[in-house]
Amino acid sequence: MNGPLSIAVIVLALALGVWYLVRTALDRAPSNADLWAMLGLGALVAVLVVVAVVGLFIGDRPSEWTTFVGYLITTIAFAPTAVYLARLEPTRWGTLILGVACLVLPVLVLRLQQIAEVTGG
Amino acid sequence: MADQPTPAPARPRDAAIGSGLGRVLLLVYGIFALSASARALVQITTHFSEAPLAYLLSAFAGLVYLAATVGLARGGARGRLIALGSCSIELLGVLIVGTLSIADAVAFPDDTVWSRYGSGYGYVPLVLPFIGLWWLWRNRPRP
Repeated sequence: MNGPLSIAVIVLALALGVWYLVRTALDRAPSNADLWAMLGLGALVAVLVVVAVVGLFIGDRPSEWTTFVGYLITTIAFAPTAVYLARLEPTRWGTLILGVACLVLPVLVLRLQQIAEVTGG
Repeated sequence: MADQPTPAPARPRDAAIGSGLGRVLLLVYGIFALSASARALVQITTHFSEAPLAYLLSAFAGLVYLAATVGLARGGARGRLIALGSCSIELLGVLIVGTLSIADAVAFPDDTVWSRYGSGYGYVPLVLPFIGLWWLWRNRPRP
Protein backbone atom coordinates (compact mmCIF):
# COMPACT_ATOMS: atom_id res chain seq x y z
CA MET A 1 0.00 0.00 0.00
CA ASN A 2 2.99 2.28 0.51
CA GLY A 3 4.61 1.56 -2.82
CA PRO A 4 5.51 3.95 -5.62
CA LEU A 5 2.05 3.33 -7.08
CA SER A 6 0.34 5.21 -4.21
CA ILE A 7 2.81 8.05 -4.55
CA ALA A 8 2.21 8.17 -8.31
CA VAL A 9 -1.56 8.34 -7.72
CA ILE A 10 -1.22 11.11 -5.13
CA VAL A 11 1.17 13.21 -7.24
CA LEU A 12 -0.84 12.77 -10.43
CA ALA A 13 -4.12 13.55 -8.64
CA LEU A 14 -2.72 16.72 -7.09
CA ALA A 15 -1.22 17.87 -10.39
CA LEU A 16 -4.48 17.23 -12.24
CA GLY A 17 -6.40 18.88 -9.40
CA VAL A 18 -4.39 22.08 -9.74
CA TRP A 19 -4.87 21.97 -13.52
CA TYR A 20 -8.65 21.63 -13.14
CA LEU A 21 -8.80 24.47 -10.59
CA VAL A 22 -6.90 26.72 -12.99
CA ARG A 23 -9.28 25.73 -15.78
CA THR A 24 -12.25 26.46 -13.48
CA ALA A 25 -10.82 29.89 -12.71
CA LEU A 26 -10.51 30.49 -16.47
CA ASP A 27 -14.19 29.57 -16.85
CA ARG A 28 -13.56 26.50 -19.04
CA ALA A 29 -15.88 23.53 -19.34
CA PRO A 30 -14.17 20.14 -19.08
CA SER A 31 -12.66 19.26 -22.47
CA ASN A 32 -12.45 15.74 -23.84
CA ALA A 33 -8.78 15.68 -22.81
CA ASP A 34 -9.77 16.68 -19.26
CA LEU A 35 -12.29 13.86 -19.04
CA TRP A 36 -9.85 11.31 -20.48
CA ALA A 37 -7.14 12.46 -18.07
CA MET A 38 -9.52 11.84 -15.18
CA LEU A 39 -10.36 8.40 -16.55
CA GLY A 40 -6.62 7.72 -16.85
CA LEU A 41 -6.19 8.63 -13.19
CA GLY A 42 -9.16 6.37 -12.45
CA ALA A 43 -7.42 3.49 -14.25
CA LEU A 44 -4.26 4.03 -12.19
CA VAL A 45 -6.40 4.07 -9.03
CA ALA A 46 -8.07 0.84 -10.16
CA VAL A 47 -4.63 -0.81 -10.45
CA LEU A 48 -3.82 0.41 -6.93
CA VAL A 49 -7.08 -1.02 -5.59
CA VAL A 50 -6.51 -4.37 -7.31
CA VAL A 51 -3.02 -4.55 -5.78
CA ALA A 52 -4.53 -3.78 -2.36
CA VAL A 53 -7.22 -6.44 -2.78
CA VAL A 54 -4.60 -9.04 -3.76
CA GLY A 55 -2.67 -7.95 -0.65
CA LEU A 56 -5.75 -8.71 1.47
CA PHE A 57 -5.59 -12.33 0.36
CA ILE A 58 -1.87 -13.01 0.45
CA GLY A 59 -0.58 -10.63 3.12
CA ASP A 60 -1.53 -9.40 6.59
CA ARG A 61 -5.06 -8.12 6.87
CA PRO A 62 -5.55 -4.70 8.40
CA SER A 63 -7.24 -5.01 11.78
CA GLU A 64 -10.08 -2.79 10.57
CA TRP A 65 -10.42 -4.61 7.31
CA THR A 66 -14.14 -3.90 6.78
CA THR A 67 -13.35 -0.18 6.89
CA PHE A 68 -10.47 -0.88 4.54
CA VAL A 69 -12.74 -2.60 2.03
CA GLY A 70 -15.24 0.27 2.32
CA TYR A 71 -12.49 2.74 1.50
CA LEU A 72 -11.34 0.57 -1.42
CA ILE A 73 -14.84 0.57 -2.93
CA THR A 74 -15.18 4.34 -2.47
CA THR A 75 -11.73 4.93 -3.95
CA ILE A 76 -12.27 2.84 -7.07
CA ALA A 77 -15.70 4.41 -7.70
CA PHE A 78 -14.48 7.95 -7.23
CA ALA A 79 -12.98 8.93 -10.57
CA PRO A 80 -15.78 7.36 -12.68
CA THR A 81 -18.41 9.14 -10.55
CA ALA A 82 -16.62 12.45 -11.00
CA VAL A 83 -16.42 11.96 -14.78
CA TYR A 84 -20.12 11.06 -14.89
CA LEU A 85 -21.12 14.19 -12.94
CA ALA A 86 -18.71 16.37 -14.94
CA ARG A 87 -20.28 15.19 -18.20
CA LEU A 88 -23.70 16.21 -16.85
CA GLU A 89 -22.31 19.67 -16.20
CA PRO A 90 -20.64 21.10 -19.32
CA THR A 91 -19.74 24.38 -17.63
CA ARG A 92 -16.86 25.57 -15.47
CA TRP A 93 -18.53 23.78 -12.57
CA GLY A 94 -17.99 20.47 -14.33
CA THR A 95 -14.27 21.24 -14.29
CA LEU A 96 -14.53 22.09 -10.58
CA ILE A 97 -16.16 18.69 -9.97
CA LEU A 98 -13.08 17.03 -11.49
CA GLY A 99 -10.84 19.31 -9.41
CA VAL A 100 -12.61 18.49 -6.13
CA ALA A 101 -12.44 14.78 -6.93
CA CYS A 102 -8.71 15.06 -7.64
CA LEU A 103 -8.13 16.74 -4.28
CA VAL A 104 -10.19 14.16 -2.35
CA LEU A 105 -8.49 11.13 -3.95
CA PRO A 106 -5.10 11.69 -2.24
CA VAL A 107 -6.93 11.87 1.11
CA LEU A 108 -8.58 8.52 0.37
CA VAL A 109 -5.22 6.97 -0.57
CA LEU A 110 -3.60 8.34 2.59
CA ARG A 111 -6.45 6.95 4.71
CA LEU A 112 -6.03 3.57 3.00
CA GLN A 113 -2.33 3.66 3.88
CA GLN A 114 -3.11 4.52 7.51
CA ILE A 115 -5.61 1.69 7.84
CA ALA A 116 -3.28 -0.78 6.08
CA GLU A 117 -0.45 -0.02 8.48
CA VAL A 118 -2.41 -1.28 11.49
CA THR A 119 -2.41 -5.03 11.03
CA GLY A 120 -4.06 -7.10 13.70
CA GLY A 121 -2.91 -10.56 12.56
CA MET B 1 -17.88 18.51 -24.11
CA ALA B 2 -16.09 20.84 -26.50
CA ASP B 3 -13.97 23.69 -25.25
CA GLN B 4 -15.89 26.84 -24.49
CA PRO B 5 -13.58 29.79 -24.96
CA THR B 6 -16.48 32.19 -24.56
CA PRO B 7 -17.98 32.44 -21.07
CA ALA B 8 -21.14 30.41 -20.57
CA PRO B 9 -24.40 32.35 -20.78
CA ALA B 10 -25.93 33.60 -17.56
CA ARG B 11 -27.63 31.04 -15.40
CA PRO B 12 -31.36 30.89 -16.11
CA ARG B 13 -33.44 31.91 -13.13
CA ASP B 14 -35.44 28.71 -13.08
CA ALA B 15 -32.39 26.43 -13.35
CA ALA B 16 -32.41 23.48 -10.97
CA ILE B 17 -30.53 23.95 -7.68
CA GLY B 18 -28.72 20.70 -8.48
CA SER B 19 -26.99 22.09 -11.56
CA GLY B 20 -24.07 24.44 -12.00
CA LEU B 21 -22.26 25.01 -8.71
CA GLY B 22 -25.10 23.00 -7.16
CA ARG B 23 -23.73 19.88 -8.83
CA VAL B 24 -20.36 20.47 -7.19
CA LEU B 25 -22.18 20.81 -3.86
CA LEU B 26 -24.05 17.62 -4.67
CA LEU B 27 -20.74 15.76 -5.04
CA VAL B 28 -19.29 17.19 -1.83
CA TYR B 29 -22.48 16.53 0.17
CA GLY B 30 -22.54 13.02 -1.27
CA ILE B 31 -18.97 12.42 -0.10
CA PHE B 32 -19.86 13.63 3.40
CA ALA B 33 -23.09 11.64 3.50
CA LEU B 34 -21.09 8.53 2.65
CA SER B 35 -18.16 9.15 4.98
CA ALA B 36 -20.24 10.24 7.99
CA SER B 37 -22.75 7.41 7.75
CA ALA B 38 -20.13 4.78 6.96
CA ARG B 39 -18.09 5.97 9.90
CA ALA B 40 -21.14 5.84 12.16
CA LEU B 41 -22.05 2.38 10.91
CA VAL B 42 -18.59 1.01 11.71
CA GLN B 43 -18.50 2.76 15.10
CA ILE B 44 -21.98 1.62 16.12
CA THR B 45 -21.55 -1.98 15.00
CA THR B 46 -18.06 -2.50 16.45
CA HIS B 47 -17.71 -0.46 19.66
CA PHE B 48 -20.96 1.36 20.37
CA SER B 49 -20.63 1.31 24.19
CA GLU B 50 -17.40 3.32 24.17
CA ALA B 51 -18.97 6.63 23.17
CA PRO B 52 -22.66 6.21 22.32
CA LEU B 53 -23.32 9.96 22.15
CA ALA B 54 -20.52 10.61 19.66
CA TYR B 55 -21.53 7.67 17.48
CA LEU B 56 -25.21 8.60 17.44
CA LEU B 57 -24.14 12.11 16.47
CA SER B 58 -22.07 10.66 13.63
CA ALA B 59 -25.12 8.77 12.42
CA PHE B 60 -27.29 11.89 12.72
CA ALA B 61 -24.73 13.95 10.80
CA GLY B 62 -24.68 11.29 8.11
CA LEU B 63 -28.47 11.50 7.79
CA VAL B 64 -28.37 15.30 7.59
CA TYR B 65 -25.78 15.18 4.79
CA LEU B 66 -27.81 12.50 3.05
CA ALA B 67 -30.94 14.70 3.25
CA ALA B 68 -29.03 17.67 1.83
CA THR B 69 -27.75 15.51 -1.04
CA VAL B 70 -31.25 14.24 -1.80
CA GLY B 71 -32.70 17.76 -1.57
CA LEU B 72 -30.16 19.14 -4.05
CA ALA B 73 -30.58 16.20 -6.42
CA ARG B 74 -34.36 16.39 -6.28
CA GLY B 75 -34.72 20.11 -6.75
CA GLY B 76 -38.06 21.85 -7.07
CA ALA B 77 -39.88 23.45 -4.15
CA ARG B 78 -39.73 20.37 -1.95
CA GLY B 79 -36.10 19.57 -2.73
CA ARG B 80 -35.21 23.15 -1.89
CA LEU B 81 -37.02 22.91 1.41
CA ILE B 82 -35.24 19.65 2.28
CA ALA B 83 -31.88 21.16 1.37
CA LEU B 84 -32.64 24.35 3.30
CA GLY B 85 -33.66 22.41 6.40
CA SER B 86 -30.67 20.12 6.34
CA CYS B 87 -28.17 22.91 5.65
CA SER B 88 -29.57 24.86 8.63
CA ILE B 89 -29.43 21.81 10.92
CA GLU B 90 -25.92 21.15 9.65
CA LEU B 91 -24.82 24.71 10.47
CA LEU B 92 -26.30 24.48 13.97
CA GLY B 93 -24.83 21.01 14.41
CA VAL B 94 -21.30 21.93 13.47
CA LEU B 95 -21.39 25.05 15.66
CA ILE B 96 -22.96 23.37 18.71
CA VAL B 97 -21.05 20.11 18.53
CA GLY B 98 -17.85 21.95 17.63
CA THR B 99 -18.16 24.18 20.68
CA LEU B 100 -19.19 21.36 23.01
CA SER B 101 -16.36 19.09 21.85
CA ILE B 102 -13.87 21.77 22.85
CA ALA B 103 -15.64 22.82 26.07
CA ASP B 104 -16.51 19.32 27.29
CA ALA B 105 -14.00 16.88 25.80
CA VAL B 106 -15.12 14.12 28.21
CA ALA B 107 -18.52 13.81 26.54
CA PHE B 108 -16.84 13.43 23.14
CA PRO B 109 -14.01 10.93 23.60
CA ASP B 110 -14.23 9.84 19.98
CA ASP B 111 -14.46 12.10 16.98
CA THR B 112 -17.47 12.88 14.84
CA VAL B 113 -17.46 14.88 11.60
CA TRP B 114 -18.51 17.94 13.57
CA SER B 115 -15.99 17.66 16.42
CA ARG B 116 -13.73 20.71 16.79
CA TYR B 117 -15.66 22.38 13.96
CA GLY B 118 -14.75 19.57 11.59
CA SER B 119 -10.99 19.99 11.93
CA GLY B 120 -10.54 16.29 11.11
CA TYR B 121 -12.07 16.99 7.72
CA GLY B 122 -10.13 20.12 6.88
CA TYR B 123 -12.88 22.36 8.34
CA VAL B 124 -14.97 21.59 5.26
CA PRO B 125 -17.98 20.71 7.51
CA LEU B 126 -17.81 24.26 8.89
CA VAL B 127 -17.61 25.98 5.50
CA LEU B 128 -20.02 23.73 3.63
CA PRO B 129 -23.32 24.84 5.28
CA PHE B 130 -22.47 28.47 4.59
CA ILE B 131 -21.87 27.71 0.92
CA GLY B 132 -25.02 25.58 0.82
CA LEU B 133 -27.21 28.25 2.41
CA TRP B 134 -25.68 30.97 0.21
CA TRP B 135 -26.36 28.84 -2.88
CA LEU B 136 -29.99 28.23 -1.87
CA TRP B 137 -30.46 31.92 -1.07
CA ARG B 138 -28.92 32.94 -4.39
CA ASN B 139 -31.27 30.61 -6.23
CA ARG B 140 -34.35 31.49 -4.20
CA PRO B 141 -37.57 31.51 -6.13
CA ARG B 142 -38.45 35.02 -7.24
CA PRO B 143 -41.90 36.06 -8.32
